[in-house]
Amino acid sequence: MSSALLRVEGLTAGYGAAPVLHDVNLTVQPGEIVAVLGANGAGKTTLLRTLSGLVRSTGGQVVFDGADLRTTKVEQMVRRGIAHVPEGRGVVTELTVDENLRLGGLWRRDQADARRALDEVYELFPALAQRRAFAGHQLSGGERQMLALGRALVGRPRLLLLDEPSLGLAPKITAQIMALLRDLRERTGLAVLLVEQNVRSALSVADEGVVLALGRVVTRNRAAALRDDADLRHAYLGF
Amino acid sequence: MTDMKTKVGTDPVPASVSQKTRSGRRLAPVLIVVAGAILILILSYTLPPFRNYQLATVGAYLCVTAGLTVLTGLNGQLSLGHGALMATGAYAFTLAQNKWLSMPVSFVTAIVVTTLAGAVIGLAAARLRGPYLAGLTLAVAIVVPSVTSTFDGTFNSDQGLSVMLDPPPGTIPMERWQVWVCWAGALLTVLTLALLVRGRFGRQLRAVRDDETAAKLAGINIARTQVLAFVVSAVGAGLSGALFAVLAQSVSPGAFPLTLSLFLVMAIVIGGLGSLFGALWGAVLLVALPTFAQSIAEQTGSHRLEGNLALVVFGVVLIVVMLAAPGGIASTGNTLIRRFRRTR
Amino acid sequence: MSQFIYLTFDGLSRGAVYAAFALSLVLIWRAARIVNFAQGAMAVAAVYAAYSITSATGSYWLGFGVALLAGLVLGVTVERVVMRFVDHSSPLNGVVVALGLVLVIQGVLGIIYGNEFRPVETPFSRDAFEVGGVAMLSRYDLFVFAAVGAVVLVLTLLFTRTAIGLRMRAAAFAPDVSRLLGVSVGGMLTLGWALAAAVGSLAGMLVVPTELGLHPTAMDVVFVSAFTAAVVGGLDSPIGAVTGGLVVGLLLSYVSGYVEPTVAPMAVLLLLVVVLLGKPGGLFSSSRARVA
Repeated sequence: MSSALLRVEGLTAGYGAAPVLHDVNLTVQPGEIVAVLGANGAGKTTLLRTLSGLVRSTGGQVVFDGADLRTTKVEQMVRRGIAHVPEGRGVVTELTVDENLRLGGLWRRDQADARRALDEVYELFPALAQRRAFAGHQLSGGERQMLALGRALVGRPRLLLLDEPSLGLAPKITAQIMALLRDLRERTGLAVLLVEQNVRSALSVADEGVVLALGRVVTRNRAAALRDDADLRHAYLGF
Repeated sequence: MTDMKTKVGTDPVPASVSQKTRSGRRLAPVLIVVAGAILILILSYTLPPFRNYQLATVGAYLCVTAGLTVLTGLNGQLSLGHGALMATGAYAFTLAQNKWLSMPVSFVTAIVVTTLAGAVIGLAAARLRGPYLAGLTLAVAIVVPSVTSTFDGTFNSDQGLSVMLDPPPGTIPMERWQVWVCWAGALLTVLTLALLVRGRFGRQLRAVRDDETAAKLAGINIARTQVLAFVVSAVGAGLSGALFAVLAQSVSPGAFPLTLSLFLVMAIVIGGLGSLFGALWGAVLLVALPTFAQSIAEQTGSHRLEGNLALVVFGVVLIVVMLAAPGGIASTGNTLIRRFRRTR
Repeated sequence: MSQFIYLTFDGLSRGAVYAAFALSLVLIWRAARIVNFAQGAMAVAAVYAAYSITSATGSYWLGFGVALLAGLVLGVTVERVVMRFVDHSSPLNGVVVALGLVLVIQGVLGIIYGNEFRPVETPFSRDAFEVGGVAMLSRYDLFVFAAVGAVVLVLTLLFTRTAIGLRMRAAAFAPDVSRLLGVSVGGMLTLGWALAAAVGSLAGMLVVPTELGLHPTAMDVVFVSAFTAAVVGGLDSPIGAVTGGLVVGLLLSYVSGYVEPTVAPMAVLLLLVVVLLGKPGGLFSSSRARVA
């Protein structure tokens, strides 16, 4: 367990006085895909926003690669190796595809490698390569998701915080994205903390699942076990 | 009063009770204004002439701050142009006074002219929000004084006009007479506004400020409400300008600079937006702060501090209030902020 | 005809200055969603700094450099000390605080320099060249065009070609996403204020000698013209600000020349009203909604 890439212990956080997350514990190993599941309002998005510092935590510990994340500024997360693709995809719609992607690598010292990473993203998503000069608002939902994902990859992260990538996308595109995550894990050892409403597709790719309800972890288990637990599915996951 | 209110809240209300409550709510401002009038009357006999002049100035300012606080605090429209409306009222009063030599006629003229001016600006303002409205009214405040140069035959350019006033009736000293005239105007303004704000019009003002969509769904004509609010506050500004013409016995564009409009905004923000008592505090500050700054300037003997120190003090106070405590803006300020936020 | 040509060049020259000043308003609007009503007062302060230096050293250009520097410093100071702590959830708060700054700056300038108009020298002659008996441009007009052109060019390159420009745009459009990508949003905001204030100071340096002279309120009327220019162009559009500036400059020049100079401010006010009521987003506004 000590080799965990991300270790969250007793995390409490929220907006204003009312906490949204209560005593959340979870770990992500290097190269592991962990799905965070739960109904609307369970605190999934808040969990990711707390991990990347957008929401202030009020208690508990967040350790990433041996360093305390609770005292790390949002701007520094990406330098530690954490990429957060927020809900609604976070494409800067006023900027072009190319500008969005370059933005993902601006922080890096090694600009030569940032350019290589950018070229790799274009290879990974040929659709984006064809639309380099398009503004973000001209893209389709699937293309925006690819752009947001691609922009995160330009930073060559070790942990990807991915919020609702399937939101509003056709099942086929969702499947492509899930396949891509698996592929990235195989090739680069990328660890993913995946927040999803779409439980089936999340569990199809995840190694482990964490189920949140009303801001608390109700279950942590292997993804396969969660898929097979009918009671749990009915109670918290709605299928 | 309070008993009535709880009753209204819990039981089905008999018509007679609701009638009483309504007249009760109407009665309170009348009583306060009568008490205010008596207080002013006593003060005007006890204060020395210079203090009386300052008291009269507070009354003249109260006309405009009261109107402005209704516009900005209750209806959510920020105007930086009320200094120009004061100038409009002052010039209208002066021209009428010098022609007909009758104060009542001149006051009516000032009110009619500023009503029209307020309606024109208000019609434009009703379609604008946030910084656009602020910018337009700022432009009005800066540009309107230049009218006096364009039509210098009528307005005599930067020199301005002097006001031909009859001496006060009987043996009343000038300053006491000025207190009476200014506070008659101020108390009438406050009474009118207080009654308006308590009635249906007040509810419409607040409804439009809080949520335009909801107000529209409730059948309120948004534009009409906003224009009316602007006109009401413009009349206050016009009356105030006319009173300043009486106080100074002259008018000139230099008396209504941009800084005057900014002072007015400061006064209502610090006084607490939306409350007529806040408008009174604002009016007091408008007189007290420059006097305070002036006395410091005189003590140091620096002639450059005169006037300028007041600007600095006003500015610093305004910034500090906005940064440290939108408490100056009080609770109504929050809803005001919400309205402006929607415009983004 | 010759008067028309002269007025056109004169209008373009004035317009270039309004364009620069409008640009400074647009820069801050884009970065912080605040219309900086204190921009005029800040520019006057920078011009006073230049005036002091030029009086002491006799060098216009030293003063010119100091004005730009003073603009940068003022911009940083205003953002770091005051604007940063404004509740930015409402543009009203920013407006009121900026008005407070106007009072403070004008008061302080009055205390330091007094409230009389001071004549300011131009570095080049303002006598117009004559071509075939028709007065056209002065050396000073050419200087104005060159200076404003340089500003537009530098800003364009900065925003479209450099990493820092990309960061500034991203930080303005999507602050949270930018922070997640390692952009120091606060730093970009400060930089935006500094740049805008420096551009405003340049506009002040160019316009003050052509007006009544240096005075704490010298930029009030210019502010109205520049605000109108920015609104005509759409507060979000730098190209619109430049075009709007030229439109306002030409309007002022024609009205002053053909009607009467004292009517010119009213013509600007009228233009402002017409644009605000007719096309509030500005003539160059893009119709798409902003998504942060």
